[in-house]
Amino acid sequence: MGAVTETGAANGKPNQDVFAATLLELAKADRNIVAITSDSRGSGKLVTYGQELPAQIVEIGIAEQNLVGVAAGLASAGKKSFAVSPACFLTARALEQIKNDVAYSDNPVRLVGISAGVSYGALGTTHHSLHDFAVLRAINNISIIVPADNYETSEAVKFAVKYNKPVYLRFGKKPMPLLTEDPNNKFELGKGRVIREGADIAIIANGETVYPALKAAELLAENGIEATVVSMHTIKPLDNELVLALAEKTGAIVTVEEHSVNGGLGEACASLLIQHGYSKPFKIMGIPDEYTVTGSQVEILNHYGISAEGISAAVTGMLKTI
Amino acid sequence: MTEKELKEKSVTYRKKILKYIVGAKAGHTGGSLSCIDVLNVLYNEVMNVGPENFTSPDRDRYIQSKGHCVEALFVVLADKGFFPEDDLNTLCKYKSHYIGHPTKKVHGVEQNTGALGHGLPIAVGTAIAAKLDKKDFKVYTLMGDGELPEGSNWEAALTASHYKLDNLCAIVDKNTLQITGPTADVCNTDPLDEKFESFGWAVKHVDGNDVKALKEVFESMPFEPGKPNLVIAHTIKGKGVSFMENSVKWHHGVPDKEQYETAINELDNLVLN
Repeated sequence: MGAVTETGAANGKPNQDVFAATLLELAKADRNIVAITSDSRGSGKLVTYGQELPAQIVEIGIAEQNLVGVAAGLASAGKKSFAVSPACFLTARALEQIKNDVAYSDNPVRLVGISAGVSYGALGTTHHSLHDFAVLRAINNISIIVPADNYETSEAVKFAVKYNKPVYLRFGKKPMPLLTEDPNNKFELGKGRVIREGADIAIIANGETVYPALKAAELLAENGIEATVVSMHTIKPLDNELVLALAEKTGAIVTVEEHSVNGGLGEACASLLIQHGYSKPFKIMGIPDEYTVTGSQVEILNHYGISAEGISAAVTGMLKTI
Repeated sequence: MTEKELKEKSVTYRKKILKYIVGAKAGHTGGSLSCIDVLNVLYNEVMNVGPENFTSPDRDRYIQSKGHCVEALFVVLADKGFFPEDDLNTLCKYKSHYIGHPTKKVHGVEQNTGALGHGLPIAVGTAIAAKLDKKDFKVYTLMGDGELPEGSNWEAALTASHYKLDNLCAIVDKNTLQITGPTADVCNTDPLDEKFESFGWAVKHVDGNDVKALKEVFESMPFEPGKPNLVIAHTIKGKGVSFMENSVKWHHGVPDKEQYETAINELDNLVLN
């Protein structure tokens, strides 16, 4: 279970950079891989991809509904299409295309939401995606993957190329350290990765909130509280088996996500747990149902307690009530 | 097929559309009758697609954007042998795959449609794939004139001309009526030809209920090399049944027994004459 290394933090890259680099390497070997962009190749880190593989990128311009519809058409004709656009626009403006043209029509589009959550910070609500888990969870036939670190990101992209079904990949733009260097702790769709083990509480997080959750566990350990930390990179299908096992093995559960507290990872876990008779303390940490405070991504997350200190304090408070 | 045979085929299709709408007690009668000649000509004279090659990557594609007129599509697919026509007796019935919009659970359907403004973007993507793979297949999509205000159509229209998709053909079933009333009163999209031409498309007008004219227009693709093709098919909503023609109430009206018998008699007389 070793401590999170600062070396890892220093070497970490933004997950969306790793997405783009991984896709480029895979696309060089597979001409059926096509990236579709909505004037988003810059923020999607696909400029190099576009320069090296101009025949494997389709620029749509700023028109997200069309982006997804075109991606569906490409996919129906055998292309491994990656529709790349800021998560805020992709999953709101083009939601009907995701629902009908991708999921319902079973066109295997790989939807890539970039600069997700509150990555755009002070650009404000128009550019935040705090709804995407909720809306996509309610749509049949689409998997939702939220990688936490560079390893999960590259593995998720490799998986998505092979997986001939609709999938949503969500990336942020903050450099992310490796959660673990354990080579046996593999990425697998629908299987959460246990990064740290402890019996007092389970912290189930995803995306860019897993790292602060891990740091929170270290703070808690200093006070004698041992936490299990899970990177629940796949929200749908949820790793029911793992969540229920954590419910059994630990004294409380807290979920953490860069998303509204409504409809995301926390409520997915809560729904499962309550239907299995769970009655231990449970808390959902995320963005409350309000327009966020102004600030950078880190400032916004800190404001709502999504930080090592904030999560640690929340857990300590929860356990005092037991 | 001769022109006479094609015309008779259209009459047969119209009778079947009415039969299965009556059986289902639901359906989009007026629009199915207006667009059926387009489907007849595409499936029987123009497109290289049938049950025998439906899994071939080289087949022509037809995507029905105006999905609500699914009865027209289903009777043509049954006639082409994609599935037994008797299946249509289950139209809109409990647990049937034959629902009120196209679904890929029905053999021969390319895309699940129903929400409007979706066919053209998907068709554009499919046509881009053909260009990327240097394949010769063509992509056809049928739109209603009432769905044209959907913004996604115009986004896709830009992309189609940007990528010079002369392998793409969009057909507008311009029957001039939608559920509220005349399309021109709801949201006027005229002059449609000038709008699409300004978006970089090559446009042709045709009598959309004239099988010979339709065949000629489709056979003249590409209208201009390097430009996507738009066929403005001027049709009559409810075509072939006097009391349904140009009447909004038949948008999704279902004939009663007497109306059905009258309609069938009128259609039979078309063949006799």
